[in-house]
Amino acid sequence: MNNQAALFQYLLQLGDTNLIIGHRLSEMCSRGPMLEEDIALTNFALDHIGQAEVLLHFAGNVENNGRSEDDLSYRRDAEDFMNLKLVEQPNTDFAFVIGRQFLLDVYQCLLYQKLSKSTNDELAGMAARFLKESIYHQRHSAAWIERLGQGTNESLGRMQHALNQLWPYTAEMFVDNPAWANLIESGVVPSATELKKEWYERVSKVLTLSGLNMPKASAEDDSLNQSIYLEQLLAEMQYLPRTYPDAKW
Amino acid sequence: MMTKELTAVEELVWERLSMIPDPEIPVITIVELGVVRDVQWDGETLKIFITPTYTGCPAMQLFVAEIQAAMHDQGFDKLEVIHVYSPSWTTDWLSVEAKEKLRKYGIAPPVLKTSEMNPFEEVGNIPCPRCGSENTNLKSQFGATACKSLHTCNDCHEPFEYFKHF
Ligand SMILES: [Zn+2]
Repeated sequence: MNNQAALFQYLLQLGDTNLIIGHRLSEMCSRGPMLEEDIALTNFALDHIGQAEVLLHFAGNVENNGRSEDDLSYRRDAEDFMNLKLVEQPNTDFAFVIGRQFLLDVYQCLLYQKLSKSTNDELAGMAARFLKESIYHQRHSAAWIERLGQGTNESLGRMQHALNQLWPYTAEMFVDNPAWANLIESGVVPSATELKKEWYERVSKVLTLSGLNMPKASAEDDSLNQSIYLEQLLAEMQYLPRTYPDAKW
Repeated sequence: MMTKELTAVEELVWERLSMIPDPEIPVITIVELGVVRDVQWDGETLKIFITPTYTGCPAMQLFVAEIQAAMHDQGFDKLEVIHVYSPSWTTDWLSVEAKEKLRKYGIAPPVLKTSEMNPFEEVGNIPCPRCGSENTNLKSQFGATACKSLHTCNDCHEPFEYFKHF
C-alpha cells in the first residue's frame, strides 16, 4: 500500500470512529437523565460529528477519487467502515454511555496529543483542535465515573457492570495496522501501542478513585467479531440519503 | 495575522469584516474572535480565509453567510470563503480589550493559556465577571453554546457563563 492509500485508510478509521460515536450520542438527545446532561451529550455528539466531517473531507481529498465526506458517510456499507467496535455498542443505560465515552475520551486525548505533532501540518492542526474538545469531554466523563462510582450501590453496580462489558473492546485501540508502518516511521501518525501505558494509568487512576475495579483483560479480546450493531446503526443513519439520493436540505 | 502591506481595497474588506458581530456573542466581532485569518485576491476573486472555532460549531455556517452578505453589499460578487485548519483556532488570540468586552457583557473571559492545558488536570475556580470573587462553582461544562460553561458565584449569588479557554 502506498503512503497516500495508507493515509486514506488511517483517516477513515479516525473519521469513522467519530462518526459512529457521534451517531450513538445523538440517539441520547432528549433522553439524558437531566437537562444539563442532555445538553452535554448533544454537545459531545456535535463535536464528534464535526471531527468526522473534517477527517472524512480530508480523506476524500487524499483518496482523490471525487468522494465527499457525505459520500463516505452515507454510501459505504458496514464492511467498509473502520471504526473501533467500542463505539458501535448500543446505549443500554446511562452508566454504559458514560463508560464508553470515558474509555474513548482518554484514548482520544492521548492520540490527538501525539497527532498534533504530526509531520503532516494539516493533520497536526486538526488534531490540536480535536485535542481541546477531547480534554473537555474527558473531564466531564471522568467526573461522572466518579459520581456514579461513589453514588449508591445501584449506581456503583451499574458502572462496574458497564465497564466489564466494554472492556474487551478497548484492546483494539492499541493495535497498529501493518499498513500504517510507513506513516508511523515518517512521523505522520503515532504508534497505537505507545498510547497503552498512559491510557491504562489514567483509566486506573479514575476507576480506583471512584471505588471501581479495573476489569480483567482476556485472551480473546483481540479477536472480537464484527458486531451486528453497526449494520443496524447504518440502516438508520443512511436511510434518508440512500432512499432519496437527490434530497437537499 | 496580517503582516503584509494592505492595499486600500483590502483595508476596506477588513474594515467591513470588523463590523460583523459574533452571532452568539454580539459584543465582539468575528475579527476580534480570530475567525478571519487572511484576505487575498486571486485575479478578480476575493478569497477570505476563516478558521472554525469548534469543529462542530453550528455558528460557522452563520459566519460564512454573514461574510457573504457583507461582501455582496460592498459589491464584491466573486467571493470564495475558504476554511483553514492550521494553525488551530485558540482563545489565546482574544485581545485584552476583547476579553474586557466579554467580562462587561457578563461572560467570564478565558483565564488559561491553552498551552497550559493539561489533559488530565483539574481547572481552578473561574472568577465571577460581576463581583470578581473566586468563590464560584462549576455547574456544567456545557452551556447554551459549545464555547461556554455554566457557573455560579457564591458571593453575589448570580449564575454566569464562562468563555472556555480553548
Ligand atoms: Zn459574583
